[in-house]
Amino acid sequence: MSWVIGVCGLLLTAGAVLAVVRAEKGPSILDRTVALDIVVTTMIAAVALYAAVERRADVVPVLVVLSLVGFVGSVTVARFAAVEPEGEGRVRTREEVAAEDEARRAAEDEAERRRVDGIDEHHGGGAEGEVR
Amino acid sequence: MSWDTVADVASAICLLGGAFLAFAAGVGVVRFPDLLARMHAGTKPQVLGLVLVLVGLALRLRSGGAVWALVLVAIFQMLTAPVAAHMVGRAGYRTGKVRHDLLVVDELTNDLDRVREDGDE
Repeated sequence: MSWVIGVCGLLLTAGAVLAVVRAEKGPSILDRTVALDIVVTTMIAAVALYAAVERRADVVPVLVVLSLVGFVGSVTVARFAAVEPEGEGRVRTREEVAAEDEARRAAEDEAERRRVDGIDEHHGGGAEGEVR
Repeated sequence: MSWDTVADVASAICLLGGAFLAFAAGVGVVRFPDLLARMHAGTKPQVLGLVLVLVGLALRLRSGGAVWALVLVAIFQMLTAPVAAHMVGRAGYRTGKVRHDLLVVDELTNDLDRVREDGDE
């Protein structure tokens, strides 16, 4: 029985590590949610394996809770997945970040001036980045 | 050979199968080319793998109350996995994560095109 536990633990660990590799590589937020879903499922399997090895029925409620909340993350992220511009996942250089900050500050100032002048009144609306 | 040994061996086989499916999902999610293929790989341990692991655990525990809780786990997983997969697939289609050159049949795009044509007339 002990080699079965070892092989199962090894397979589960390898699966979780590969899923984390995909979560790191991306390329989009949805690929990351799918990968993290697999990590949660692997965790459920690992807890079940532990319960089977130790014959402990008291960890079964942990399985119930994990299977209930596991899908909340991916549903929430999928709701707010937006079209990502090309190169979104790239790490930017210091100069690019400074230029972006400058552009955003200018845009905010412009919006503030328009609001004070009473043009372009904003009435709220849907959440930013929401998929419709 | 007693029935306890038989149950333990069956449980070991089920646990090995479930762990192998979790490993296969890890390999698939790293190697497959686009979002839908990765989702396909990810659903293997979510339903069959989890059911195998839970059957293995039930064969080890062999007590009534715990087994009913495990049935509950399987039912919850089967209710929530399609919801999550539907939301992810829908968001993926609408944000252009689907690679159309890899699809053999794409009924959604065909239907959307037909509806747009009808609207133009």
